[in-house]
Amino acid sequence: MIHRECGVLKTTYEADMGLYPLPIAKWTVAALGVLFVVVIPLSLHEYYLSVANLVWIAVIGALGLNILVGYTGQVSIGHGAFMSVGAYTAANLANRLGSPWPVNLLAGGLMAALIGAIVGIPSLRIKGLYLAIATLAGQLIIEWTINHVTFISGGVQASIEVARPRLGPMVLSSQRDMYYFLLVFVVLGIAGTMNLMRTRVGRAFIAIRDHDIAAEIIGINIFRYKLLAFAISSFYAGVTGVLYTYFLGIANYEQFQIGVSIDYLAMIIIGGLGSVLGSIFGAIFVTLLPIVIRYAMEAFGGIFFAPQTVLNLIPNLRLMLFGALIIFFLIVEPEGLNRLWRNIRSYFRVWPFAY
Amino acid sequence: MSGLLEIRDASKSFGGVQAVTRVSLEAQKGEILSVIGPNGAGKTTVLNMISGFYHPDSGRISLEGRDVTELAPSRIAELGVARTFQNIALFRGMTVLDNLMLGRHVHMKTGVLSACAYWGLAQKEEVVHRRRVEDIIDFLRIQDLRRRPTGSLPYGLQKRVELGRALALDPKVLLLDEPMGGCNHEEKEDMARFILDVNEEWGVTVILIEHDMGVVMDISDRVAVLDMGQKIAEGTPDEVRANPRVIKAYLGETKAVPSTGGSRV
Ligand SMILES: Nc1ncnc2c1ncn2[C@@H]1O[C@H](COP(=O)(O)OP(=O)(O)O)[C@@H](O)[C@H]1O
Ligand SMILES: [Mg+2]
Repeated sequence: MIHRECGVLKTTYEADMGLYPLPIAKWTVAALGVLFVVVIPLSLHEYYLSVANLVWIAVIGALGLNILVGYTGQVSIGHGAFMSVGAYTAANLANRLGSPWPVNLLAGGLMAALIGAIVGIPSLRIKGLYLAIATLAGQLIIEWTINHVTFISGGVQASIEVARPRLGPMVLSSQRDMYYFLLVFVVLGIAGTMNLMRTRVGRAFIAIRDHDIAAEIIGINIFRYKLLAFAISSFYAGVTGVLYTYFLGIANYEQFQIGVSIDYLAMIIIGGLGSVLGSIFGAIFVTLLPIVIRYAMEAFGGIFFAPQTVLNLIPNLRLMLFGALIIFFLIVEPEGLNRLWRNIRSYFRVWPFAY
Repeated sequence: MSGLLEIRDASKSFGGVQAVTRVSLEAQKGEILSVIGPNGAGKTTVLNMISGFYHPDSGRISLEGRDVTELAPSRIAELGVARTFQNIALFRGMTVLDNLMLGRHVHMKTGVLSACAYWGLAQKEEVVHRRRVEDIIDFLRIQDLRRRPTGSLPYGLQKRVELGRALALDPKVLLLDEPMGGCNHEEKEDMARFILDVNEEWGVTVILIEHDMGVVMDISDRVAVLDMGQKIAEGTPDEVRANPRVIKAYLGETKAVPSTGGSRV
């Protein structure tokens, strides 16, 4: 993250392969820890904490999609649907069996992983746009199924209420409780992704993305690893769906429609494909953008437009900005916000020696 | 004696093009077998059949007596066959180190769960295999390139790194498709030296496709000659050089079989 690497020499392979190879980076992590564990949750108002919670949920989902799209190079427009699989699995378990949230969370993730792997089967034969269409079909089929099979959807308006998660005797009811609850999974999600990507399985994913023939020749079973990428990515999606359901207190398929799949693609494209930090940036950006737009329009829109026009503009402005940003990042800066960040950082990296 | 790798009457056609016709080859354990022949003779296609990218239309391929004709490339790699490509197939965005670590893939076991947790098993495994990779880095004298993305390296060094990635598999059989193509004289000498060392010190069986006759005649135990998809000669370098069919096949291309000399290693 923020660090300088002048004069650092590593003497063991363990140290050389550490996640934070520079000692100063540990301080950065500690500072971020204080910021996110103490400063933000204790100083922000409930409303802002609920926004932070939406960001946390998005971070986990974006990490998952980036594992599949950014790291393994397999396009998917089904991420929203995989979230709904997790959401409805958990909601059904919670309501029918009264099982506790850890069980529901795990089951939601695993069920999504299974469905995700099945939707990923065509990836053996098709790539790019065709795979995008195939996963889109998966999205629509899952949406339809949840909406129409009352055993899954719970019937009325295809939504199922769930009780707030409990920790022992404590019910996590405030936004601050949820903040800490979600933060745990964000940290696990980030650490899991970073560790995955620096070991055998993650390297195999990147190898498949970069050169599938070379990947085969060194013994990587492409089909198995593509399905594995779909499964892991969908596991993240499923967990995201479960967390979102606990956050809202209700599982509702409208929260996981195709637009959500597109939003998540926007996050990783804008943030940076194949990058953990990029997933985080993208999740923050895409979650905050509509809120910022609304505030800006409410504050200044009246200067230029009639009040009714302002209300109509807000949702459309969001779409237009997304579209423009996706095109900008795809064409001008394929590595996304993460790259812009790295450019800034590399300037300070060897500071004060400018070379 | 029986071959480590045996190809029996393998044929392969693409649409109307008969690329390989009833070719039989046998690589003995520990030897360097070179396959030569004009462009389009079918050499690369033979390697592709061994590595499992193509399956022969007819004929069999066996490794250590085991039929591998229909196996997928990743299975062939698991059985100990490594390979480099005529036009280099490195992971260009990755560092030299990551390319070589990927070469260890078949020897590593870390699954998803222990990878995500990292500390413990996964880390231990990474360190063990990093040691092996460092041996290869030392052997190929590319210590100062560890952190360089392979795409940024000059061509000759890319060839060397690709050899390194193949060696990282600890192969029984090493298939090299024109490892010196496009290299300058010095790089060729280095590459020939590496191939000889790998063969002599590590006992790796090598099947080498190469156009530089000087190198081929110098380092090969045996040479097989392909022309228009058929094997037209096989034997020691001296036998092949003197073979009238070989001379005739090469007359169309290079006037005569170049004699050894100049590029002794
Ligand atoms: N995938 C393929 N599709 C069609 N034709 C091919 C393919 N691979 C090789 N060939 C043809 O097979 C013949 C032998 O090619 P190749 O094995 O690459 O020769 P060499 O390596 O000896 O130069 C050539 O005529 C080539 O055009
Ligand atoms: Mg060739």
